[in-house]
Amino acid sequence: MLKITDLVKRYGKGNPVLKNLDLTIEGESVVSIIGSSGAGKSTLLRCINRLVEPTSGSIELNGTELTSLHGRDLRTARRKIGMVFQGFNLVDRLTVMENVQSGRLGYISTWSAVMRRYPKEDIRRAYELMERVGIAHYANKRADELSGGERQRVGVVRALMQNPEILLADEPTASLDPKTSEQIMGLLRDLAGELKLPVLINIHNVTEAKIYTDRIVGMRYGRIIFDDVPDKLDQEAMDQIYSGSPHADRSEDMKEAS
Amino acid sequence: MSTIAEKFGREDWSRFTPKQRMQRYAAFAFCALALGWALGSIDVIWAWVWDAPEQMGDLLGRMYPPDPSNLGDILLVLLETVNIATFATALGVMMSLPVAYLAAQNTTPNRATLWFGRLILVTSRSVNTIIWALLFVAIFGPGVVAGILAIMFRSIGFIGKLLGEAIEEIDKRPVEALEATGASRFKVIVYAIIPQVMPTFWAVAILRWDINLRESTVLGLVGAGGIGIILQGAIDTFNWPEAATVLLAILALVVLGEVVSAFLRRRIL
Amino acid sequence: MSQVPDTWRKPPFIANRWLRWAVYLGVVSYVVWVGASLPVNWARVADGIGRAQRIFGGAFPPSFERSGLLIDGFLESLKIALLATAGGVALSIPIAFMAARNIAPLPIYYLGRAIIIIARSFHPVIVAIIFVKAVGFGPFAGVLTLIVYSIGFVAKMLAERIEEIDFGQVEAMRAAGAPYLSTLVYAIFPQIMPRQIGLSIYQLDSNLRASAVVGIVGAGGIGATLANAFGRYDYDFALAITIVIVGAILISEGVSGMIRKRIG
Repeated sequence: MLKITDLVKRYGKGNPVLKNLDLTIEGESVVSIIGSSGAGKSTLLRCINRLVEPTSGSIELNGTELTSLHGRDLRTARRKIGMVFQGFNLVDRLTVMENVQSGRLGYISTWSAVMRRYPKEDIRRAYELMERVGIAHYANKRADELSGGERQRVGVVRALMQNPEILLADEPTASLDPKTSEQIMGLLRDLAGELKLPVLINIHNVTEAKIYTDRIVGMRYGRIIFDDVPDKLDQEAMDQIYSGSPHADRSEDMKEAS
Repeated sequence: MSTIAEKFGREDWSRFTPKQRMQRYAAFAFCALALGWALGSIDVIWAWVWDAPEQMGDLLGRMYPPDPSNLGDILLVLLETVNIATFATALGVMMSLPVAYLAAQNTTPNRATLWFGRLILVTSRSVNTIIWALLFVAIFGPGVVAGILAIMFRSIGFIGKLLGEAIEEIDKRPVEALEATGASRFKVIVYAIIPQVMPTFWAVAILRWDINLRESTVLGLVGAGGIGIILQGAIDTFNWPEAATVLLAILALVVLGEVVSAFLRRRIL
Repeated sequence: MSQVPDTWRKPPFIANRWLRWAVYLGVVSYVVWVGASLPVNWARVADGIGRAQRIFGGAFPPSFERSGLLIDGFLESLKIALLATAGGVALSIPIAFMAARNIAPLPIYYLGRAIIIIARSFHPVIVAIIFVKAVGFGPFAGVLTLIVYSIGFVAKMLAERIEEIDFGQVEAMRAAGAPYLSTLVYAIFPQIMPRQIGLSIYQLDSNLRASAVVGIVGAGGIGATLANAFGRYDYDFALAITIVIVGAILISEGVSGMIRKRIG
């Protein structure tokens, strides 16, 4: 269970990007976060695995408080959080297998990592997962030889190799063409069911969010203003989520305050 | 109402605006003054200058024909020169890795180490190989050890600087991805940074080897081993035909080195 | 999924295993051979620790007492660098045109290339020794040396730039019936001028660096001062000279970088 309470993130002295945000994700549901650019979707995801340092608030994953962790403890916690990126973020000059195994870096010894002597069970699991997503025959290819859809599959397998307790996906399909994009979304949904894994997806494409996810969270300028099943997302809710500007929103804040 | 010509303040056409023209004149005047100062005050006996073409012709005349009688020895020492350059490059490459790591903003542990790394780079780069050689000959005595150390110390700064810049220019997204998996700092470096700087690493190592080949030919002139010793000997004894042979051998070596490094670059990159 | 493989090896860099082992073996035997064949006097090297202590002990603190000598040497280096850059760049332009494949007829092209290769192949110190023997000790030999050094770099880079020019402009001038020299001035010079200025400033910086070393073999400048100090075991003065050289190089590098950035 992921439980976020009163989360605030502020860059420098500016307005907060996340404003006292609360969100709880239970079970193995696939949750999508929608909202216009600048709503704070990406910051929220990166606060969870601490790629971005939250200003205040609490993030709890299966009983572990994440916001107070440092060094080795933080790395141990990160192993339990898989992440898939918009730009795939693969190491282009390494083979697909090395990219996939880099998901295990938190577990294996430095010597095995440097010498590429991966444990047998890791290699077996890598082949199983790669076969599942259809890229097993690319194991020895360099990552930059693959197409966009294939690269994102490598990204997904890398995240799953971590044996995560939750999977975060930051606009996983934004760099892909529509058809490939649907394939990846379908894959994320199916894998969530197969592996009993909660998945949290930032997404721009509302149609895909409705089709492939169980629950939609709508964000506007650092706040959650919609949180329900996809069927409840009507035109009015959509207008609310995608209307306004950060500036208008800020003046609303002032009105509230005065 | 203003015409375009008025807006630009002139109706005639010229290549530059008055301000640009002034700047250009000032730059020219500055260059002319600097040259005038240098020409006027340099400590030169002008009679020798007018005499120089004749003297050069005379020297070249004495070099011809080159004397190949000592060619065997020359080639042997030339091989030793290549070995000095190659060994020193390899050692310099190894030593420059940690320095590059310290001198790159995104890998260095903290500010103090960053400045320490940069200090090493600047010291190494600003002191010429020959000056390094003078120092090491004074310490370790004449011979190849001084030569290897001199080339190595100069190479560290060159390779370390270019490599450090390559580290600073890498794509940061894979680094972020690996940090998100819970990998330690060292593993992130091995998996996300090293693969990205490998092409630069090889290119820089080959380039420096090519340069070092040239530098190693002069080490002998300050006693630090290699072909330079034979050249110095021939010149000191006015054995100009042999000096010519040595010069031709050096020319061949350098051209060969350029061919080899071009080949390696094509193969590896 | 029972037959999923559980072993994986990174594909080796060299696919052919025989070639791969041959390369490994070659590298190892080269290292062993060089290690064994280099003439090293280990006893003398072992002496080095004590000597290093003596030298560094003697070098600190650096002595600026004879700063007159230091300044004279440095100014002479600066003059050598200035004159050599002017002369070298002036000579580089015709040589670059000779060595540009798209402009020069074949025999002239080969001659131009040969000049560049010879100028590039010899380290300035070697060139300096020869000039010192031919025209005597002093800054004049230094200027000649660095002119050769400048030609090797500037003419090469300039020739490459000329080979890259947009030839359409040349054809346009020729079509307009312009004579050879006008074509040069209107169609080619404007295209290579920014590069030429950038190269000249870069070369001035390199020449200042090189002028510090050609003096070691007698071609004038601060290098001569340094070699003398070293020869007389005045390590504190030598350190002072080195500090000045390093400082001058850093300043010159900064200034030349700044100017080149502004010129674009």
